[in-house]
Amino acid sequence: MSNSELKHHDYHLIDPSPWPILGAASAFTTAVGAIIWMKSLDDGDGVFGVTGWLPFAIGFTMILVTMFVWWRDVIKEARVDKALTPVVQIHLRYGMIMFIMSEVMFFVAWFWAYFDVALFPGAGVMGFEAREAITGGHWPPMVTETDGGYFKGTFDPWHLPLLNTIILLTSGATVTYAHHALLKDDRKGLIIGLLLTVILGVSFTVFQAIEYMDAPFTFGGHIYGSTFFMATGFHGLHVIIGTIFLAVCLVRAIKGHFTPQQHFGFEAAAWYWHFVDVVWLFLFVAVYVWGAGTPVTH
Amino acid sequence: MSTQAHAADHHDHDHKPGFVKRWLFSTNHKDIGTLYLIFAMVGGTIGGFLSMGIRAELAEPGMQIFSNPHMFNVFSTAHGLIMIFFMIMPSLFGGFGNWFVPLMIGAPDMAFPRLNNVSFWLMPPALTLLIISLFVEGPSGMNGAGVGWTVYPPHSTSGHPGPAVDFAILALHLAGASSILSSINFITTIFNMRTPGMTLHKMPLFVWSMLVTAFLLLLAMPVLAGAITMLLTDRNFGTTFFDPAGGGDPVLFQHLFWFFGHPEVYVIILPGFGIVSQVISTFSKKPVFGYLPMAYAMVAIGAVGFVVWAHHMYTAGLSLDTQAYFLAATMVIAVPTGIKIFSWIATMWGGSVRFPTPMLFAIGFIVLFTLGGVTGVVLANPGIDRAFHDTVYVVAHFHYTMSIGALFTLFSGWYYWFPKMTGYMYNETLGKIHFWMLFIGVNVTFFPQHFSGMAGMARRQADYPDALAGWNMISTIGAWISIAAMAVFFFAMALAFVRKQKAGDNPWGVGATTLEWTVSSPPAFHAFEKLPKVK
Repeated sequence: MSNSELKHHDYHLIDPSPWPILGAASAFTTAVGAIIWMKSLDDGDGVFGVTGWLPFAIGFTMILVTMFVWWRDVIKEARVDKALTPVVQIHLRYGMIMFIMSEVMFFVAWFWAYFDVALFPGAGVMGFEAREAITGGHWPPMVTETDGGYFKGTFDPWHLPLLNTIILLTSGATVTYAHHALLKDDRKGLIIGLLLTVILGVSFTVFQAIEYMDAPFTFGGHIYGSTFFMATGFHGLHVIIGTIFLAVCLVRAIKGHFTPQQHFGFEAAAWYWHFVDVVWLFLFVAVYVWGAGTPVTH
Repeated sequence: MSTQAHAADHHDHDHKPGFVKRWLFSTNHKDIGTLYLIFAMVGGTIGGFLSMGIRAELAEPGMQIFSNPHMFNVFSTAHGLIMIFFMIMPSLFGGFGNWFVPLMIGAPDMAFPRLNNVSFWLMPPALTLLIISLFVEGPSGMNGAGVGWTVYPPHSTSGHPGPAVDFAILALHLAGASSILSSINFITTIFNMRTPGMTLHKMPLFVWSMLVTAFLLLLAMPVLAGAITMLLTDRNFGTTFFDPAGGGDPVLFQHLFWFFGHPEVYVIILPGFGIVSQVISTFSKKPVFGYLPMAYAMVAIGAVGFVVWAHHMYTAGLSLDTQAYFLAATMVIAVPTGIKIFSWIATMWGGSVRFPTPMLFAIGFIVLFTLGGVTGVVLANPGIDRAFHDTVYVVAHFHYTMSIGALFTLFSGWYYWFPKMTGYMYNETLGKIHFWMLFIGVNVTFFPQHFSGMAGMARRQADYPDALAGWNMISTIGAWISIAAMAVFFFAMALAFVRKQKAGDNPWGVGATTLEWTVSSPPAFHAFEKLPKVK
């Protein structure tokens, strides 16, 4: 802190930083790159005569770099400057809670789209004739003559999805184990707990990828695959983000960054992981179990 | 970090960093607030130019300035999106919020100053994306996104195969991310950084309004992000969320959009409620009447605002029971809104009332908002809405409330805090001329739209029957009066910066009781290095 000897309060006044404007430039590059990439699919012309995924990759890499240097500063402010006073740590807690609340609302959109069709598959409802022709008026959808072959059945929820449920629930336990170890200043226990959590997180992603490759339905063309892949896909993305977050905490634990008194980075990762876990439970119950069934031909 | 070591070398009490560090790398709430206000002026100028295109086209029946009706829709779409996301929100929420929430609660800065800066810097890229969308292909062979600010499919999917709508969607994504981040910042700041003695029930009403607004954005914006992401995949990856041919439902988009869209209109007006409360109390030399009901009326408006969204969709084929529910829920909002209107009037009642420019704009707002609120109660009825839906009656309603209503609160706040932000006093006569010209201009523009709307004048259409020519010409004349009023405004502001007439710490006298009037004008780079005590 440049003027810590002057201030008469415990708040953290941050010096000017180049990372926000770099982050905004990265977001802009990523957005334009994403459009160029999407418009290059299926031999499209791209935008402004530019095609391909490269602009997107550049923008996305810039975002990753921004996050790295930004959070490196935060960690330095916590460890070297000792700027994270108790009140500043409360700020971070509030910030993380708010962020997770907004994430919950993001998932509300996917569940809304899912229940819009799962609760109202269109049986005999005026105005839903087109939907009924696709779903057979039934959820999970029937295999109908008009569905274009994009849907051939659902997953068995008691196979890989059940395994993934057990994996995520176990990882919730291991991250809690790590937390208790941290509170008892047991660094070895913390590292083992985090390592197990990261391994479980990676396993979940691997199993989910295997499952995706065997899907008897597609993302495009049919509402079942659209809602399924959008909801589980964004969940999977959050699992990957959460796994990276925990892996960063693992590295920091090995470096000895955390103390029983101050370890908000770890707590935020654990909260985020529990959030990801709870979303999965809703997905498992609503999409995999309640929405499962033997495919019926109409 | 080297910048920190550098800053540590030569700090004095009011040390300001150099230009690049101060304005591009800023972590100062007042500087970021200023950036937001300047950005909003740029956005407002572009949005105002687009609205003049709309009024010029509608001045007479037949096509006037556009060769193609699609261009008219592109103008009205961009006008709506820019005025909402790049004029009103950055000024009321980002600009005044950043400037005055920390000052009013006695905090030295925002809770997350760096996050604050990225919230601002996401806005220029978002606006740039939206501007790009005007110049790339939308429908086959035509440029721009003519989909309306609501971006309904299928017009926004199969109707616009070119990248224009993709650019508009990504613009909304960036603006939405900015709003979510700044909401997190405001909520944390307001809950955790109030100075000792500043309990929640002693907070100025402007801070209350920002708190409720931040919660609305935090919970509504992600749903929009989800909706437009599905629109993006429908457009580019063949998903069928909104396409009946694959089992989807276009009305789903309307639900998702308005679940965001209705809280969004309160996002636009709530900060204005807060500003008007401060201004009327100041110039009536009285504490605001019914402080707690005023605060909790805003909380109630925010909460009920989440469960009324489908009143925007009465003609989309909702069941009768659904329509009855949304009718009743919508009417309920008139109760807390009425509490606010009557409390503002009661604040003036028996007060020692003065009428400088900010007070004129505040009272002008009450007049406009009451008018728009009354037509809102009319439109809440599905039976009447059947006839008025998509007519300019609706345009008149929402311009009286969330556009010119919000704009008048914006000018009220601007004139009220201009001396505080700049240290200079504006010319009171010019301010009053600005107010009267704008008040006449907007009423001449929008009041006749009630009549032409009832007579069947459709919105989002470039041409209309000859029978509606009279009211439309009057509307267009009103728009020119408003433009002239804005010329007076910019002249008055330029004059204030040329004259540099010192305003003093508190130009408004004993009625101005909030903490920002206890610091210098303009305030030090870091006000409240020592936290003020509130009794």
